[in-house]
Amino acid sequence: MKTVRIAAGQGFWGDWLEAPYRQVTGGPIDYLMMDYLAEVTMSILQKQKTRDPALGYATDFVTQMERILPTVVERGIKVTASAGGVNPRACADAVAAVARKLGLGSKVTIGVVTGDDLLSRLDGLIARGHDLKNLDTGRPLRDVRDTVLSANAYLGAAPVVDALQRGAQIVITGRVTDTGLTLAPMMHAFGWPADAWDLIAAGTVAGHIIECGAQSSGGNCLDRWESIPDLANVGYPIVEALEDGSFDLVKHPGTGGRIDVACVTEQLVYEMGDPRAYITPDGVADFTTIKLSQAGKNRVRVSGVRGKPATDKLKVSIAYFYGYKAIGTLVYAWPDALAKAHAADRILRLRLKNLGLEFEAIHTEFLGATATHGSLPLADIDPDAIPEVQLRIGVRARDKAPVDRFTREIAPLILNGPPSVTGFAGGRPKPEEIVAYWPALIDKRMVEPAVELVRA
Amino acid sequence: MKRRLIELAHARSGDKGDTANVGLIAKKPAFYPILVKQVTAARVARHFKGMITGPVERFELPNLNALNFLLHGALDGGGTISLKTDAQGKVFSTALLRMAIDVKGRK
Repeated sequence: MKTVRIAAGQGFWGDWLEAPYRQVTGGPIDYLMMDYLAEVTMSILQKQKTRDPALGYATDFVTQMERILPTVVERGIKVTASAGGVNPRACADAVAAVARKLGLGSKVTIGVVTGDDLLSRLDGLIARGHDLKNLDTGRPLRDVRDTVLSANAYLGAAPVVDALQRGAQIVITGRVTDTGLTLAPMMHAFGWPADAWDLIAAGTVAGHIIECGAQSSGGNCLDRWESIPDLANVGYPIVEALEDGSFDLVKHPGTGGRIDVACVTEQLVYEMGDPRAYITPDGVADFTTIKLSQAGKNRVRVSGVRGKPATDKLKVSIAYFYGYKAIGTLVYAWPDALAKAHAADRILRLRLKNLGLEFEAIHTEFLGATATHGSLPLADIDPDAIPEVQLRIGVRARDKAPVDRFTREIAPLILNGPPSVTGFAGGRPKPEEIVAYWPALIDKRMVEPAVELVRA
Repeated sequence: MKRRLIELAHARSGDKGDTANVGLIAKKPAFYPILVKQVTAARVARHFKGMITGPVERFELPNLNALNFLLHGALDGGGTISLKTDAQGKVFSTALLRMAIDVKGRK
């Protein structure tokens, strides 16, 4: 049976720069999948595009392509990447320029997937009764319309398949689902129909397993973590797919990390909601049907995946300006480190109150004691033995003024608060703008994906 | 006898808005029924008292010997709004593994 090998090259914008090169040179692959877009990334890119209309995409992708394009062309590897951000066409132009510079201009066809960007259409959509209600709060988008910075529908695999079928070797997309970038090569290579729900679900599960890069090949894996070999040389995961929807997860020989049922299971449950309904634009996967087995060293077989028909909605990711926040830290040392940090927190809060400053939230953590696990660790430790505690206080407000004043109240505590304090070398904290995320749904028929081809 | 959940299970957690998810996975298939019986949504809600503001949901994945928990209101608004160190709920996983479990007749 024909197999198709789809390799994960990036799990997010900022992932290991060595991974794509290692994936295309470390052994045979047919596709390289690179996921660049987190929820907040789109608004950052939108800001960049406002400043310079030639920007708004993941510039690191272009640097990566310059490094790997000769190998990609020589070996006939196809690339699917959500590097286009809010300006996929400009990203494609930049990659085309790189191809010409490398003397590969005549050999590279780039597919550009657009149609996800709804920012310029928002008022029209709202006027036509599309409320774009916040999925968490139920509020209609018009409540925050004036502060919206970006709005993108999550497209599925279909336009990526279209680009591949039209001969694109490199497909650059805007907001396409992470899983669609892996599912599309499988649909294209095997000719899976868009309503073969079990196969669509299988490809979606494959996409979920590799969308976070090495998180399924030994990275961030808790089970027997100390025995995972050679993470310095970690191999990123590769899906070895079969036409019947089953696939093996593997990595290149000679690389570090570990592919076993435990690591893959950890990735399967990552960021999961209701496991019976993992909803994408392409279909609905039922994670309670997945069968995993160890089929060899560093080889996990995935089979049995069942799916259901796609819904008639698409998710929309909207970013809007929310307000300001700042976080200040100080370190208190033994003796009584935790008690001193608590005292400093009480003093600071009283001062903020006496100044009449109003915040939406003040959040205090004691790192080294109760920060990430709440008070649970206190049952196990002797507070008197803690060598040091970092006091970390954050504030949030809609206005900048109280946040700005807060940033000036940290340093005085060094001389006019509890003793044995240090760790303030970073200086005064800076107020940060908060760009918040507004998830919504929209009728599928309101969004029309588009594909164009760019020849280098 | 009392055992810690970390001896019976491993876990990974993540976020969706203001909700943290914890996937809890039995280290051996024989441990899965113990997790199903003892690590109930109500028990997990008590465990995280003071750390979360909303309810706890539980889903079963017997095919993976795993349970999935949704901890609503766990992340101070979540994402970029949150002031927490663990704004994306990455280590709620190991916080759950601190839970004490009764294991009959096992050493």
